[in-house]
Amino acid sequence: MNFVALKMLTGDRAKYLGLVFTIAFCTFLLENQSSIFAGIMKRTGSQIADVTDAEIWVMDPKTEYFEQTKALKDTDLTRVRGVEGVEWAVKLFKGNPVARTLNGKFDVSICLGLDDATLAGAPRKMLLGSWERLREPDSVVIDKAGYVLLFPDEPLQLDRTLELNDHKATIVGISDASAPFASYPVMHTRYSQAVNFVGRERTQLSFVLVRPQPGGDPLELSQRIEKHTGLRARTSDQFRWDCVLYYLRHTGIPLNFGITIAIALIVGVVVAGQTFYIFTIENLKQFGALKAIGVTNWRITGMIMLQALTVGAMGFSLGSGMCAAFFAITLNNLPTRGMVLMWQNAIGTGVAILFVVILASLISIRRVLVLEPAEVFRG
Amino acid sequence: MSSEIAVQCRRVRKEFGNGAGKVMALRGVDLDVRYGAMTLLVGPSGCGKTTLLSVIAGLLNSNGGEVKVLGEQVERLPGGQQILFRRKNLGFVFQQYNLLPALTAAENAAVPLLTTGTPRRKAVRKAKHLLATLGMGERANALPKQLSGGQQQRVALARALIHEPRLLVCDEPTASLDAETGHAVMELLAAEAVRPDRAVIVVTHDNRIFSFADTIARMDDGRIVSVESARRNGDRAE
Repeated sequence: MNFVALKMLTGDRAKYLGLVFTIAFCTFLLENQSSIFAGIMKRTGSQIADVTDAEIWVMDPKTEYFEQTKALKDTDLTRVRGVEGVEWAVKLFKGNPVARTLNGKFDVSICLGLDDATLAGAPRKMLLGSWERLREPDSVVIDKAGYVLLFPDEPLQLDRTLELNDHKATIVGISDASAPFASYPVMHTRYSQAVNFVGRERTQLSFVLVRPQPGGDPLELSQRIEKHTGLRARTSDQFRWDCVLYYLRHTGIPLNFGITIAIALIVGVVVAGQTFYIFTIENLKQFGALKAIGVTNWRITGMIMLQALTVGAMGFSLGSGMCAAFFAITLNNLPTRGMVLMWQNAIGTGVAILFVVILASLISIRRVLVLEPAEVFRG
Repeated sequence: MSSEIAVQCRRVRKEFGNGAGKVMALRGVDLDVRYGAMTLLVGPSGCGKTTLLSVIAGLLNSNGGEVKVLGEQVERLPGGQQILFRRKNLGFVFQQYNLLPALTAAENAAVPLLTTGTPRRKAVRKAKHLLATLGMGERANALPKQLSGGQQQRVALARALIHEPRLLVCDEPTASLDAETGHAVMELLAAEAVRPDRAVIVVTHDNRIFSFADTIARMDDGRIVSVESARRNGDRAE
């Protein structure tokens, strides 16, 4: 009878395609919006993820996310280094000087000052130049998106100069840094230089980057650092999640995306449910005839579920394909770089679509199950 | 002899609704339907013909009396066994054919076999053979919308007969057909459906087909008012 169910489904081509495309667009919207949401949230921890040398970030106890920094004392670095299990610990500065080009283009930037001796935390994915050149005077490495923002329509070129808070800086490398939450240029430079760019304060140390000894557990070490120094120490993953949760709690972003996703779900359920219901109602006499002939309610339920799941699977596949194509097209655009269809979003959407088609089919199944087979004799 | 009786109804009652809106559809029906015969249930609209047919077919439960179908009190069977009994022993022909529009004629005719788990190819092959017997061999791959009313009713007849049921119930099989086509369908029904081991019940108010009956049971106001034996093709015996 599965064959009969599938033929009944595909026989009415207009409704069949209508159902498939409803599910496909519902899938597209859910996957697209949830992936963009996840991508934006992921960006809140981009600068943390880009530091691959260190596994622990130490910061002021009140710091909640990357953008919110309160300077540590220089002695804090020494205290962290003294904790058992620390292989090395270096300082990291984060500031937001204004970058200005010679032709007057300017923007606030994210300036990361790396430990002068080790350059730990330097960008490892370079598109042009070398991060080792950061040892040169007044040198900065800028990310590609920042370069395009400050030098629009100009080719990538090294040794160009710009100003950071009125201090001259020379571009010695162009990195492929992960996109930050706000579309500011990301500058890497030496710590000693970064503090000059931003301007002297009583203390400048934003973060201490820590590498555990080989075989050491970063989580355990971070707890030990907290205990011994009274500072906040988070593993890279923890700190990235801190950033994500901060934005979730303190911005309207999740509400905005949540509304879109909810609308996609509601529209999907209503349109798919209504179309499927009409489809079933139009076949009610046939279902009645099948019941009279001796097809059980269980079998009819199975037939309707098979129809719904088939439509769901086809619509989900089509919608996922559309979404994957969307991200393949936009992947290399600077504003949307790093946004991809994540497998977690695809699975989540799959579950949501399953919910949509089951709900849609349940409404129809109920109508068929209460149908008296004797109805079939009433013309 | 009771062994010749396929369907036996005794004092069968059926009510719909309750209170002031209660309708007595069957008011103590007594009826015997013999094997090897075509029994016509006739009477004016609303007299209870279709209700009686539904009760006999096990699609409705009566409110009283006794219904024995093929020696079985179907109403007393548990729900699942009632359905199995119907699937195995009954064939249905409906006024509106009720063919599945997406299936070909052969696939439609094969549906009762598919419900019993017969492989599709085998079922469709048997259906095509049966359709050829009914003069529809060349239209076996046509969809219902490509068939005339008479052709659709032949497909419905093939669907009703394919699993070789012992009781065939037909509800107004000629009501949607013109006189000539209706006559042809009844000829086919009489020739192919009536067998010594099968009973055929036809509900109709089309007096043009009375000549095909072996027995005519007349109903009025929920009761059988007369049962006449007849010789098929017009020669009434009594």
